[in-house]
Amino acid sequence: MDLPRGREGVILDLDLPEDVARRLMELGFVPGNTVVPARSAPGGDPRVYRVDGSEVALRRETAVHIRIRDRNDCFSDE
Amino acid sequence: MANICGCELQAHRPEQAPKQPHTHLHRVAIVGPPNSGKSTLFNKLTGLRQKVANYPGVTVEQRTGRIRLAHNREVELIDLPGIYSLDPRSEDERVTHDVLTGRMPGVSRPDAVILILDSTNLSRHLILAAPVLSLGLPTLVVLNMADALREGGGALDTSALAARLGAPVVLASAAKGEGLEPVHEFLNRQFAVPHPVQLPVIQDIPKCRAWASRIGAEASYRAPAPPVWTRRLDAVFLHPLFGPLVFILVVLAVFQTIFVGAEPLMNAVEAAITWSGSEIGRLLPASPVRDLIVEGVWGGVGSVIVFLPQILLLFLFIGILEDSGYLARAALIADRTMAKVGLQGKSFIPLLSAYACAVPAIMATRTIENKRDRIATILIAPFMTCSARLPVYTLFIAAFISEGPFLGPFVGRRTAAMVGLYILGFLAAFATARLLKSSILKSERTPFVLELPPYRRPTLRSLGLRLYDRARIFLRRAGTVILTAVVILWILAHVPLIDGHAPPIEHSAAGTLGRALEPLIAPLGFNWKIGIGLISSLAARETIVGTLGTIYGIQGDESAPGLQAALHRDLTPGGAVALLVFFAFAMQCMSTVAVVRRETGGWKWPVLQFVYMGSLAYLGALAANWIVTAWIS
Ligand SMILES: Nc1nc2c(ncn2[C@@H]2O[C@H](COP(=O)(O)OP(=O)(O)OP(=O)(O)O)[C@@H](O)[C@H]2O)c(=O)[nH]1
Ligand SMILES: [Mg+2]
Repeated sequence: MDLPRGREGVILDLDLPEDVARRLMELGFVPGNTVVPARSAPGGDPRVYRVDGSEVALRRETAVHIRIRDRNDCFSDE
Repeated sequence: MANICGCELQAHRPEQAPKQPHTHLHRVAIVGPPNSGKSTLFNKLTGLRQKVANYPGVTVEQRTGRIRLAHNREVELIDLPGIYSLDPRSEDERVTHDVLTGRMPGVSRPDAVILILDSTNLSRHLILAAPVLSLGLPTLVVLNMADALREGGGALDTSALAARLGAPVVLASAAKGEGLEPVHEFLNRQFAVPHPVQLPVIQDIPKCRAWASRIGAEASYRAPAPPVWTRRLDAVFLHPLFGPLVFILVVLAVFQTIFVGAEPLMNAVEAAITWSGSEIGRLLPASPVRDLIVEGVWGGVGSVIVFLPQILLLFLFIGILEDSGYLARAALIADRTMAKVGLQGKSFIPLLSAYACAVPAIMATRTIENKRDRIATILIAPFMTCSARLPVYTLFIAAFISEGPFLGPFVGRRTAAMVGLYILGFLAAFATARLLKSSILKSERTPFVLELPPYRRPTLRSLGLRLYDRARIFLRRAGTVILTAVVILWILAHVPLIDGHAPPIEHSAAGTLGRALEPLIAPLGFNWKIGIGLISSLAARETIVGTLGTIYGIQGDESAPGLQAALHRDLTPGGAVALLVFFAFAMQCMSTVAVVRRETGGWKWPVLQFVYMGSLAYLGALAANWIVTAWIS
């Protein structure tokens, strides 16, 4: 996941170890849900993500393994 | 890649409702995601005061409370740590899992469950309903935060949701006490066995999530508007520039308040104690008992009680931090720094609460998923400046550093010295973490995942209760541990009798003990009185203030009354600084040793920690005495 702040994306899948992926899904990072990057700690990492009605902070090293599709160019693909 | 492939729905088979003989005390567990208001409801129903705060992971152990019902019956309510699912990933989640499945040693399985979900984020929270309902226990679903839902313009049809879940559903506000009658009815054993309904396979989270959305929609759930204020506040607190700036300003303001703002209050308390002490001295006939009361109890315990206003101010600040939701943001900001020493932002939350006291902080490490990270956090937590050090720091700073401007007119010299000591503890914690995480506690990086709660306005009531509870704890400690210590000391300072008279204090039992210690502590610039204080501070750090108060009280110097003046005359500046350094590093707290043993399951870590911190304290104090003495001369 590498979206600019405020840009919506749709989660495709989580390329992470099983237990981490489960915890993230329990927190709302479920394929099909939209996610919006929000504010971050100074320096840009970790960042807050708005997902499924709540705000969850993740480090970039974790977030990059969440595959997403940019909302704005998704009318045809997948 | 996680297994997220689909499976069909599984029929939910309720077990037989547990048939209990009438004598059996019913046990009802409160279950729900972190920060959904479980402890708030528990407190409301039982009248107890479990800790409530606005961040996930506040409750880390089970707590039971009894509720008296009609017809003299009772029911036992269990408050549990928050969970996201029934597969536990940290120690606190394991507690809930074990209690619910009856695996907790010595604790029987609950007879019924109150499932609390946050109504402002229902679609996601409903995911937890599937595994909890499939336990087959009678369940009441409480959708909490009704007030926030209403304010944000959200709504839902509870009876439609109840039909979909096969369990009664109520919309309530635990904080406001609204809509709790059905909860009382439920506790009055109007337990309904859940109706068999179709639940998704609980291992399959996407399926569970889809199910949650579907039944949410069928119950006409309308989510409230996003929290505008949370976003506005985060725009400041998480601003790349203003965020850290605001943080530093707030911290300095707090220290200045604790130091300067508390002074009039402390002076008032001190005046009251001095006055009442001398009144008692006048009223009672001259006798050893009078001396014990005036010198021991009033002089000793009184000199500790003086610090009550200061401690309450500190707790007021911590309370605002925890209740508002800023704490989770602080953990976010701290993550990068924590990563440098091999820990992560989550360790920051226990470390911050260690500024109040290391014991609950060490308990709070249960939320850290990685075992080695957890041990490392436990080992460094006592370096954070706990509130018991505050009286010691204040006393010695006030005795040896004159007030004056330091950083502009707002930050005084004493405040700066105090901040310096806090930073010293922090640096020691960091260096130690780095050492541990690059050697014996090395581990792979665990991902940092933290849910940020919305900001909430701290209520006067909750802040007031925190201060009240804290004042009681502080006074109880003064009235038990510290009182006992000073009474023992006073007696030791008056024996052995010589011709029926107390000996000069240097030759008393206490004096002999202190002087026996002198060769060891003289290099630090400490005299035998400090030696006695150090021994007594093993009971609790602030006891040293009480013992010094008693010793100098017995010595009684009319020309310069007051503990500060006495210390100033009796100790070198080098010794004073060394003492502060010693207190910053040493693990002089038996409760901390005990809780570390319990949480790590053995003596290995607490012994290592005690020896390590003790050596660091000794060497640090030695160096401090040296440097200051060389610098002054
Ligand atoms: N607006 C509102 N806030 C509430 C309500 N109930 C609880 N809160 C707040 O929600 C926050 C969390 O409450 P807790 O009772 O500590 O939550 P918990 O479920 O015990 O949390 P953990 O122990 O961390 O799992 C606190 O700031 C409460 O004041 C409510 O009905 N309405
Ligand atoms: Mg709780």
